[in-house]
Amino acid sequence: MRKGIQRAGRIAAIALASTLVIGGSANLLVQADAATPVTAEVKIDNFSFGPVSLTVAPGTKVTWTNRDDIPHTVVADDKTFKSKVLDTDETFSYTFDKPGTYPYFCSIHPHMTGQIVVK
Amino acid sequence: MIDDKDSTNDLIVDDHHDDGVDRRGFLKCMAWAGAGALYVMQGGVLKSYAMGASGRSDIPAGELSFVQISDSHMGFNKAANTDVVGTLKTAVDKINALSIAPELILHTGDISHLSKPEEFDTVDQVLKGAVAKDVFYVPGEHDVLNDDGKQYLERYGKVANGSGWYSFDKKGVHFIGLVNVMNLKPGGLGSLGPDQLEWLEHDVKHRKASTPIVVFAHMPLWSVYPEWGWGTEDSAQALSYLKKFGSVTVLNGHIHQLMQKVEGNVTFHTAASTAFPQPQPGKADSPGPMVVPAGELRGLLGITDVNFVQGRHALAIVDSSLK
Repeated sequence: MRKGIQRAGRIAAIALASTLVIGGSANLLVQADAATPVTAEVKIDNFSFGPVSLTVAPGTKVTWTNRDDIPHTVVADDKTFKSKVLDTDETFSYTFDKPGTYPYFCSIHPHMTGQIVVK
Repeated sequence: MIDDKDSTNDLIVDDHHDDGVDRRGFLKCMAWAGAGALYVMQGGVLKSYAMGASGRSDIPAGELSFVQISDSHMGFNKAANTDVVGTLKTAVDKINALSIAPELILHTGDISHLSKPEEFDTVDQVLKGAVAKDVFYVPGEHDVLNDDGKQYLERYGKVANGSGWYSFDKKGVHFIGLVNVMNLKPGGLGSLGPDQLEWLEHDVKHRKASTPIVVFAHMPLWSVYPEWGWGTEDSAQALSYLKKFGSVTVLNGHIHQLMQKVEGNVTFHTAASTAFPQPQPGKADSPGPMVVPAGELRGLLGITDVNFVQGRHALAIVDSSLK
């Protein structure tokens, strides 16, 4: 039930964003895009990262959200980035500036793996 | 008898390694632990008896009786169990009601849910009510969050080696507590690591082969279900050091359900959680907490009572649900 409410909220937010895009002029949109940092999301659900592999442009801030009832972590294989333990609904963000492939895993449940590809 | 339709109540026997035990024959005489199931190992052969509601009056009292509890997850408060303090207290009541008072308690990890001091404090407080005053711990992955186990070791590992492993003797039985939740590698399973393996080899090297060995660790020391990380990558190395012993019992938690496997003279036994059940291997999208209908929860939680009879190579293991 709790997850259902969260997802409904997310859909509403997307709908609102769509309305703004439709309502705005082309010039405003370009300006807005330039001023807004590039972001991407990974959700942790059912003991897995989704998407398992995510490709982003340099400078993208990636945010992981734990939607499980069990705590997880997000840790780069080479320890470049390392979250604290994320309890249910907690998030961790990291900005990827340089191109490359960044494999990561959950240090509590090491069978959970994922990667961020920056190019 | 196992009823295949009642899938949540089955004991599972993993026999994908050929260990000479006929699975069908094994399942036939296994009873669901809700009513209690008794296992007596004699010379490496396991005998099982269904337990009635009357308890275990036909079981000979041994020289040593102890209890295993596991996965208290103090601090967990989701739908799968909103009262983990209550179910831990029920586990203590069960321990105190045993017809033979246990001498010690083994806690096989995930004492806490988020490694918070107040969570450990609550477990300590509740276990003070148990008749058995000696409690021996090994850490679960939930007990060593954020600080590489520093807090855990300060509380429970003062006499332990490395990240918390140790051994002790009680009435002729050699107990070995192992740690397999530290320094986990990407894509891997539980891990003991070279330092601990070296220590284990040395610890058992000069012991008589007739010494009964009880190993306890949080994650399974056998390959239960690698797809969910349910195993320990270097457990075979550890078990190779124990081959000469006539009676080896390996206890673990982590998977929140009862399972048993016999391989030669080694019996593997996983305990139920006192907090919440987890699904059978592969029977759900993930190993996460399983929400069961109201009234069924306590039947899926429980304690394990072990009774050792000296000179008979017998170790009786009885699982009791909290119902």
